[in-house]
Amino acid sequence: MASRFGNSNSIWRQPLAVVGIIIILFWVFAAIFAPLISPYDPLSQDSDKFLMPGSLHWMGTDELNRDIFSRVIYGARISLPYSILLVVLSAFLGSIIGGISGYFGGRVDAIIMRLTDMFFAFPAIVLAMAVAAALGPEIRNAVIAITIVSWPVYARLVRGLILNAKQNDYVTASSLLGSSSLRTLVVDLRPNLAGPVFVLASLEVGNALLLLSGLSFLGLGAQPPAAEWGSMVSMGAVNFDRWWVGLFPGLAILSAVLAFNFIGDALRDALDPRTAKALRD
Amino acid sequence: MKPIVEVNNLSVEYTRGDQKVGAVAGVDLHVGAGEILGLVGESGCGKSTLGKAIVGILQGADGEVNFDGQQVSKIGRGQRDAHFRNLQMIFQDPYGSLNPRRKIGDQIADGPRIGGISKSEALEKAASLLERVGLPRNAVERYPHQFSGGQRQRIAIARALAISPKVIIADEPISALDTSSQAAVANLLVNLVEEFQMGLIFISHDLSIVRRISDRVAVMYLGKIVETGKTEEIWNSPAHPYTKALMSAIPHADGKAFIPLDLPGDVPNPAYPPSGCRFHPRCPLAQGECASREPLHVSLSDGRKVSCILQEAGSAPKTLTF
Repeated sequence: MASRFGNSNSIWRQPLAVVGIIIILFWVFAAIFAPLISPYDPLSQDSDKFLMPGSLHWMGTDELNRDIFSRVIYGARISLPYSILLVVLSAFLGSIIGGISGYFGGRVDAIIMRLTDMFFAFPAIVLAMAVAAALGPEIRNAVIAITIVSWPVYARLVRGLILNAKQNDYVTASSLLGSSSLRTLVVDLRPNLAGPVFVLASLEVGNALLLLSGLSFLGLGAQPPAAEWGSMVSMGAVNFDRWWVGLFPGLAILSAVLAFNFIGDALRDALDPRTAKALRD
Repeated sequence: MKPIVEVNNLSVEYTRGDQKVGAVAGVDLHVGAGEILGLVGESGCGKSTLGKAIVGILQGADGEVNFDGQQVSKIGRGQRDAHFRNLQMIFQDPYGSLNPRRKIGDQIADGPRIGGISKSEALEKAASLLERVGLPRNAVERYPHQFSGGQRQRIAIARALAISPKVIIADEPISALDTSSQAAVANLLVNLVEEFQMGLIFISHDLSIVRRISDRVAVMYLGKIVETGKTEEIWNSPAHPYTKALMSAIPHADGKAFIPLDLPGDVPNPAYPPSGCRFHPRCPLAQGECASREPLHVSLSDGRKVSCILQEAGSAPKTLTF
């Protein structure tokens, strides 16, 4: 094993992963250098409304005369950092809950697992809508809502990993030496989680982005006039005959979600010794 | 010699579905400081279960284990009582008993650090223990996968030694190792027992090693101790038919015509132990009585204890011929 995350070369041998990385790098670049790339201010209304894509406005303008290309570029500044934040928050929360569930077992485990079952029984977006609506339409509340509906996947994964890892003799040896529960969990069991949780998180970034855009589309996430892909698509849905209004932010969402999934898949394959070996042979 | 670990009438049960399986059924044992007790028996006879119950990994259904004056209880969620940290275990599989993602030094230093010693001191101790078990000091900075099975077992031994235990239960510590490291690890254990005056319960099915290193031997069959006594005495004149059969199964390299004695059948299912003497269905000397009456665990004149109706309490062991 070359490093903690498996053979670090193998991910570069997967064409889809490379495509994913290029797309994400493009969006990261767009987010960082948005003011330099975009020809107009994303909020300025100096133009005419609903201009077709052309040489002045590459992606046309929207109902408030704003340049859609500039807004799509600026949109990366909301979608990327927030989806990563979402994944970090829910992975953290889910890992703690799942760790407690797997380690302590018994009644605690039963209660936590039935709770996750309840979350799985609902479509995530419906639950997130309910929570976001209850908290009030604001992007911070959308983040809280999505975190609340996203932690159960991590809790399930971590619980399974802990259940598996605690069978090891080294865990028994550690408690024979007098380790407390907390020490066993943090020192002996936690290192087993890093790889799988990282892979799941990378697969979930796309989901988080989709949920965030979904809430914004419904008016429960980013608020106008912020340039956010989901809320831009919702404007496109209202003005259905002006195809460019919704199409370009929609493509932005599609490309980013797809790219994150490509990378997540590749990471999973690279970390799973069986598929990784198949790729090298 | 005052025993440091005393096992009194210990039983351990597993539940399989709604059925109770008695893996250990009423065992008495003791081991003193500086003494090596070999615990031998076929696979499935309950010797590992017994070892785990002694350190407190498993809960005994009946009976008790006393360690240094206090009764051992099962390790739970809470921190193990400091008193019992002096009762340690070495596991069979040196690949599962070390955390693959932590440095060797940190793992050995765990015990002393939990005991309240500073990190640098604990790591210093880890390095000198590694040296003591025959590994380089700089192994503290390395990970388990950089070592062979035999080396890993030495590391596991160093980890147990780090808190200067009074008793170590070694559960098949050499059976997962290749032949060349088996002898080395066994010798290391013998030397450490002498050096630190620990008690060692050496669980093994390898009779030739047990004969070489043990002061005393306990022979286990289907959850019960059938014979226990000084190693040489048992080897010279086994008093239980099972002991005799077990020892004749050791191949002899010196070419002596010692025809291995086949035991008919397998170890019976411990869920349905045979009536009377548990060994009677396979015993070449079984009598009618054996099927109905459970033999007492009697002391013979030379101090050993045996459970067989052929032997009389207080007299010299009768030679068994079959």
